[in-house]
Amino acid sequence: MSEITYKPGRAPHPRETRRIFRNIDRVGYDPSIECFMKDGGYETLKKAVAMEPAAIIDEVKKSGLRGRGGAGFPTGVKWTFIPKGNTKPVYLVCNCDESEPGTFKDRFIVHQDPHQLIEGMIIACYAVQAHYAIIYMREEFPEAAKIVKRALSEAEKHHFLGKNILGSGYDLKIILHRGAGAYICGEETGLINSIEGVRPYPRIKPPFFPAAIGLYGCPTIVNNVESLCQVRQVLMRGGEAYAADGATRSPGTRIIGVSGDVQRPGYYEIISGSITYGELLYDLCGGPKPGRTFKAIIPGGASAKVMRCDEVLKGRNPDGSVRKMTIFDVPMDLDSIAQHGSMSGSGGVIVMDDSRSMPEMLRNLNRFFAWESCGQCTPCREGNPWMLKLSTRICQGKAAPEDVDLLKSVADNICGRTVCAFGEACAWPVQAFTTKFRDEFLALTRPVNAMKPHNPETAEARKYLTRED
Amino acid sequence: MSTEQQILPKDAAAAEGKVNVQINGTWYRFPKGTRIADACNSVGVHVPCFCYHPKLSVAGSCRMCLVEQGMPPRLAPGTTPTYNEDGYQTIQWMPRAIVACANTVAENMGIRTTGTVCTEARRAVLEFLLTNHPLDCPICDQAGECKLQEYTADYGQLTHRFTESKIKKGKNLSIGPRVNLDQERCVLCRRCVRFMKEVVGEEVLGVVGRGARNAIACYPGKTLDSNYSMNVVDLCPVGAMTSKDFRFKMRVWFLKSTPTIDVNCGTGTNINIWTRGQQVYRITPRQNDEVNSCWMPDDHRLNYQYINAPERLLTPLIRTDEGTGQRPASWEPLLRTAAEQLRRCKSSELAIIASARLTNEELYLTRHLADLLGVKFFDIVPRMGEDDGMLISADRNPNTTGAKLILGKDGSTLPDIVRGVKIGKIRSLIVLGEDVTTDAGITAEQLHDLDYLLVMAHSETPTTQAADVVLAGVTFAEKYGTMINVTGRIQRLNRAIEPLGEARADWDILRALLQECGEIPLKAARATSPMEILDEMAGQYDALAGVSWSSIGNAGLPVVDTGVTIPLIEREKSKKS
Repeated sequence: MSEITYKPGRAPHPRETRRIFRNIDRVGYDPSIECFMKDGGYETLKKAVAMEPAAIIDEVKKSGLRGRGGAGFPTGVKWTFIPKGNTKPVYLVCNCDESEPGTFKDRFIVHQDPHQLIEGMIIACYAVQAHYAIIYMREEFPEAAKIVKRALSEAEKHHFLGKNILGSGYDLKIILHRGAGAYICGEETGLINSIEGVRPYPRIKPPFFPAAIGLYGCPTIVNNVESLCQVRQVLMRGGEAYAADGATRSPGTRIIGVSGDVQRPGYYEIISGSITYGELLYDLCGGPKPGRTFKAIIPGGASAKVMRCDEVLKGRNPDGSVRKMTIFDVPMDLDSIAQHGSMSGSGGVIVMDDSRSMPEMLRNLNRFFAWESCGQCTPCREGNPWMLKLSTRICQGKAAPEDVDLLKSVADNICGRTVCAFGEACAWPVQAFTTKFRDEFLALTRPVNAMKPHNPETAEARKYLTRED
Repeated sequence: MSTEQQILPKDAAAAEGKVNVQINGTWYRFPKGTRIADACNSVGVHVPCFCYHPKLSVAGSCRMCLVEQGMPPRLAPGTTPTYNEDGYQTIQWMPRAIVACANTVAENMGIRTTGTVCTEARRAVLEFLLTNHPLDCPICDQAGECKLQEYTADYGQLTHRFTESKIKKGKNLSIGPRVNLDQERCVLCRRCVRFMKEVVGEEVLGVVGRGARNAIACYPGKTLDSNYSMNVVDLCPVGAMTSKDFRFKMRVWFLKSTPTIDVNCGTGTNINIWTRGQQVYRITPRQNDEVNSCWMPDDHRLNYQYINAPERLLTPLIRTDEGTGQRPASWEPLLRTAAEQLRRCKSSELAIIASARLTNEELYLTRHLADLLGVKFFDIVPRMGEDDGMLISADRNPNTTGAKLILGKDGSTLPDIVRGVKIGKIRSLIVLGEDVTTDAGITAEQLHDLDYLLVMAHSETPTTQAADVVLAGVTFAEKYGTMINVTGRIQRLNRAIEPLGEARADWDILRALLQECGEIPLKAARATSPMEILDEMAGQYDALAGVSWSSIGNAGLPVVDTGVTIPLIEREKSKKS
């Protein structure tokens, strides 16, 4: 790797392992197919089309690759959910609707190295025998849409796409579909509805996976951009070799996007579990800004539960004894943080230092979720604006102490009662913020506010309830 | 006993294609694939639903039907399940409630609607629904039959915790010629959207806006003008969709509903008539999966105004002298006079034009009247149009099948009668339940030229104006009786209001006329109700063998095989299979 030079300030930290992001911000690298092929591109595809599709699925299963969209579901297992003896066409959809606040990994791939994604997609399509695939790209990537479109036509010219790919007799067409700017389209069934041209309301579960009934009622595999790039890595290295790197239950590399109050925010590609949150923030990101201390971390995109930096967590030593630790001692793989009540999700780490107001942070998140709720099911549709109004009132100092508990209670009422995971995504931050930073919330409240009108209508009505004497 | 114990309930159920489900502590057996909501409701455990409707696709979005569910614990590899003394596995309850509309029953499943998990979920959903609901029940038409109101009383909370501003949306929007929309009251169950798309096949309604600003609206350039649009008013669980015809007319709790059938076409759509006192306020469809599913066309629904219209004949009329006007009369002398006059008519110059809008019982009495008078010219007025591919039958008469069965007439000899009247061969005419100047093609002048005209009708028409004797009959809402629809199903008409004024039920008039006309050995002539006439008919017609008022029931009974089908019902059946 020594021959690769990166743009100034973009060189990887020594503790990073650049695989997916190998060519990101690389000097002299452009999204063209020539550049990609010079770098060994489409060689893995040649290897893949020589294999049996089932053998590729086995290889991916062996690798232990888990989806990088946030839920971490084993990719190979998802592929096997296509019903046996299926006679309908199979579709593969690449979820490039990266819209979780704090997550910015896929955008680099589609902007700078689109052929990596296309190669991974062709391999995945070949494995599940899909002849039609769709890249669902969010509206906010207009430039990437042009780049990917160009890349797709280049790949077609080189016969990596189209009829009889590389003489294997396998046909594949990939198209690009643009979203219209809705967070909910990242939910796989909402995304499918969006492609079908109807409102992107997530579909009712069961069926739990669109692999059974998906796009136009046909088996559909939905994979994240990074997951598909990882598929290429799996085939390049071999399943077992891939599984050897990193945490046992979530092998391979992970791309972490760090944003917020650190010296060097940005993307980092690390071997899963090879470093802890502390090492990430202090070594790779250079620690807090001068004169500041870390206060809280959201470890996996906006919907993950916030962690206090001074929170004492219970870790388990290899011999089974319990030791005290903090978030900084938790290794960065998919599962470790989940044991402490949060999730590593899509790898977007949001860091807050002691200059931040937690109620204000929560209000900002609530505003996002209230705007992005699709409105299909009652708890999420009605609960989100309520939470936003409550947290706004808290931030404005117009709330009473019991409003903090009410806010938490509203979140509890949403959580677990909705059609899709958005219910959890919007409720978890509220539950975590109000529990873990309760003091900060209470400090903004005044008991007397409970007696005051909370909306203009009530204020108006009060006028007529006051006796003039 | 010992052999019985060896058969586990699960195997016994599987042999019938069923599964065992425990609902609130009691074990039941349901066919595989039954939805949890249907299963619970079928055994009297009420599951509240807004968005779920058995005739529409499942949306699962209102979250009102959340129930606590449990399954046997997943077994570790190599272990065998253990059964308790009743033969069931222990149920492991899930901490999360699931929707009862989208999930189906499974073997050894447990459902609880009484625990905290379920009651809390329902309470929370109702609280959410009411946050942006305008709470305008005192002026809302749906009050009294509003699901949101009902469920809030049953499962909601008394205090409100939402003290913020409510989201404002459109109110009193005219989305079609017959339907008004209030977006603020809407709970976004999307029943209306699904109905228009799936049943009517016209995508007119949709949802606009995101998040809490979601609202039902018509697609640009479209209006809700389908002839089935008012079904969305029935479907709407709250007061978002209201009928322009009915809104602000009457509080629903004052209304009495009477199950009967629609008489606007041969389908015989099952309906409820909603009345207060002697006034009809609205008609709504009544579910009958063999006739009209849950729907009815708008023009039939709104065709009730004539029942209470000023044109109604409230007393019998008689013209005593040639060239003078008609004057009201008392029934007894009038009928005696009419019978005397009929007896004086030459039977070869007398014709009867009956109607396929009469009930079977009335047609039966008419047949005997014709026999008694020796009438040869005797037929009904056929009324054919085009069917709409949904519920409206091409046959616009409600009882053509009955007329064919009882009279053996289908309107084919009507032109002979009309010609007879024209050329003066027919000098006397009895018209029962028809206005012959419209569909039969006899002009008012020709009627005036007749020697004698006896008419039985419920409203004033050119035919009654020309009549020598007018017998004031009633509309379908005021009488009992049976009709046979195009598919050959016999159905009951029930009386929703008393006959208006001095009017008498048609069967009653015909019976009295028969009695006056002569002594006939006919039980029906002495019947005290249409049910008794039906009993007598059951002994005379093979098709009606064994049929009685109670055996017909509210759902009707197939009696004749006509080979005719109702398109909407066929579609629904094929979708199910």
